[in-house]
Amino acid sequence: MAENGKGCMIVQMSGDFDKVFAGFTLASASAAAGMPTTMFFTFWGIKAIQTGNLTGKGLMGRMVGLMNRGGLQHLGPSKFNFGGVGRWMFKKMMASKGVAGLEELRQACIDLGVKFYVCKTSMDVMEIRREDLIPEVLDVVGAAKAMRDADAASVQYFI
Amino acid sequence: MQGITPDKVQESVGQACPMPIVNMAKNMRTMSADQVLEIKADDEGAHADVRAWCEQTGNVFLGEENAGEYFRYFVRKKA
Repeated sequence: MAENGKGCMIVQMSGDFDKVFAGFTLASASAAAGMPTTMFFTFWGIKAIQTGNLTGKGLMGRMVGLMNRGGLQHLGPSKFNFGGVGRWMFKKMMASKGVAGLEELRQACIDLGVKFYVCKTSMDVMEIRREDLIPEVLDVVGAAKAMRDADAASVQYFI
Repeated sequence: MQGITPDKVQESVGQACPMPIVNMAKNMRTMSADQVLEIKADDEGAHADVRAWCEQTGNVFLGEENAGEYFRYFVRKKA
């Protein structure tokens, strides 16, 4: 499909179930419309592109990795999580209405050519390694790369 | 839509936003210019979404038809 000369750039800072859902939904819709689309994952948002294994090196890093475990299957909603009950409830409610799950949405983004980049500084702070991320992540980058992509895009979202 | 014979039919009944559009984009990539894709969908958002997608991508929205339990949308791939 011919590109229409526009583009979409999404900064995914939040790692909440609902906000990752919003990010992948907009990214897939944008890519479906033929817009070059990039997602820049930073801080909690990195959880959305982690494989889900435990992370961290030092004591505090391991604690963050345990208390805020990455991977789509571990994401809880920003409200009404109630220690995981909310996550179960939302998943059930969404499935009953034919709404795609996070895994399916992320795969749709990948299939449609959405480019995933991840913030180097956040990875260092959270002690997340490249091996903790899904292989579809194209590169580990800095803020300048995020800015360049945002500048090139006609639509930018910060989620 | 009488007189339109789709080259491909997409089953999106039961799917919610954005999957009907995601699948439509994927299907259209496999089709040639001037071919027609029919999308069967019952998501209320599809009324606006299929049209909006066509407007943005330059593909031609041919029309929609109420089939009772769902709607049929017809889209022609641009040349």
